[in-house]
Amino acid sequence: MAQFLPLAQAVAENLNDGDVVAFEGFTHLIPTAAAHEAIRQNFKDLTLIRMTPDLVYDQMIGMGMARKVIFSYAGNPGVGLLRRMRDAIENGFPHPLAIEEHSHAAMANAYEAGAAGLPCAVFRGYRGAGLAEVNPNIRQVTCPFTGEVLAAVPALRPDVTFIHAQKANKRGDVLIEGIIGIQKEAVLAAKRAVVTVEEVVDDFEGLHPNLTVLPAWTVTAISVVPGGSHPSYTQGYYARDNAAYLEWDEIAADRHRFRDWMQRNVMEAGVEDFAGRVAHLRKAA
Amino acid sequence: MSTFTPNEMMTIAASRALKNDDVCFVGIGAPSAACNIARLTHAPDITLIYESGTIGTAPDVLPLSIGDGELCETATTTVSVPEMFRYWLQGGRISIGFLGAAQIDKFGNINTTVIGDYHHPKTRLPGGGGAPEIATSSREVYITMAQSKRGMVEAIDFYTSFGHGEGGDHRQRLGIDTKGPTLLITDLAIWKPDPLTKEFTVVSLHPGVTREQVQDTCGWPAEFADELSVTQPPTELELATLRDLKARTDAAHKAQAHKV
Repeated sequence: MAQFLPLAQAVAENLNDGDVVAFEGFTHLIPTAAAHEAIRQNFKDLTLIRMTPDLVYDQMIGMGMARKVIFSYAGNPGVGLLRRMRDAIENGFPHPLAIEEHSHAAMANAYEAGAAGLPCAVFRGYRGAGLAEVNPNIRQVTCPFTGEVLAAVPALRPDVTFIHAQKANKRGDVLIEGIIGIQKEAVLAAKRAVVTVEEVVDDFEGLHPNLTVLPAWTVTAISVVPGGSHPSYTQGYYARDNAAYLEWDEIAADRHRFRDWMQRNVMEAGVEDFAGRVAHLRKAA
Repeated sequence: MSTFTPNEMMTIAASRALKNDDVCFVGIGAPSAACNIARLTHAPDITLIYESGTIGTAPDVLPLSIGDGELCETATTTVSVPEMFRYWLQGGRISIGFLGAAQIDKFGNINTTVIGDYHHPKTRLPGGGGAPEIATSSREVYITMAQSKRGMVEAIDFYTSFGHGEGGDHRQRLGIDTKGPTLLITDLAIWKPDPLTKEFTVVSLHPGVTREQVQDTCGWPAEFADELSVTQPPTELELATLRDLKARTDAAHKAQAHKV
């Protein structure tokens, strides 16, 4: 059953050195505050899973916390490349980084398989694609009914998944709407799940009955962090900070500037700073 | 007739290739601009799908990423990422996959993964994202990119998305039953695959463009069709629509930047 905890405690109790961890969000609802808390607590040797590793993984990799990344698109969406991640792959700075690279279809299917309790995912993919030749975790199976050759990838099963969502009710049920991405699957595939939310409401009465909801008993801990997905966005609460994504490209381009930025905005900052960062992005309700 | 840039010609030529009843899986950047111009001009009912899960989106400004809030707010529906790739793409619901490319070869194979060796890359690029399956599960693939010798190469460094492979019936031999790349629109010309060899061949030069210009910005010996046409220049409406869209987009992004 979900426990309501301060974020620092939720992270400390659910993340360990050496864990396989997913901070998921598909452009929308990226759990930045949770990732920054993990950086402040200085975890090591992590295997990071994410379909679209973006700023927060660039930050963790740049701070030397990651051993391996499992991903399908490592870019700053609409802006360019992830420069800290590139530096790790191309130059081994600050540490060499192992990569396991897939396509979006493969990652989505692999999370679904994890959520479904299956050992692997089967789908029609990677035909003619180079990744199948360089990633030993991309294999083939033959359909026993039609003989069609299909791609197979192992299920994803994180030790812990972190996501951000719009709201929880007092019981701990979680509501996600808008671009819902892969978050539900990433939570259900994981052993533990930590959710940051914009707010807690009494109940979801009067809302659409089919909105995506993770029942309280599928979630380990919930922390209330207004603005917790900045510079990503939370539909209905605040807009995407596109300027911050553009600015990141310059910050991450330089190792020293990156370190300075991390010191000021992450190490010496706190979870309470996120509300102020989105103040100018909030729409009239 | 007003003047226009090669990039504007590329976007407008690409938009014209789309039909009102197309269901189009839209890549970010130039494909996104072309698809939205089609929607705002001759194809008002076209279904635009972005891989973040938005189906039937009609954004007022061009998104910076595939998951901007505007895409969801204006969509018919928004589905999860697994559903997007399993039911809608793999299920055969997409008529056109519209991709950009960092590197392309004459058979429409695309690389957006690495320059150099995969394990010891000279330049690490973002990777494929949705493209490996868009390239094989969409019924057809359109590609748009600005021409350059670095981009249009004799041999790509990595097969992120399979086009026509080594040409001919390579797709069929791999059991792929979709058409693959059927159109390449650049800032200088329109290219289509030869029916037999599948090598991209210039079928139309944009106004004022010469064969030499096309060849000088292409890394393989370019083939030209016997009956080479000239692309219709942009109409006043097409140009005004594109410029309005760009202006709205710039204003939206600037307005936000000022507040930071």
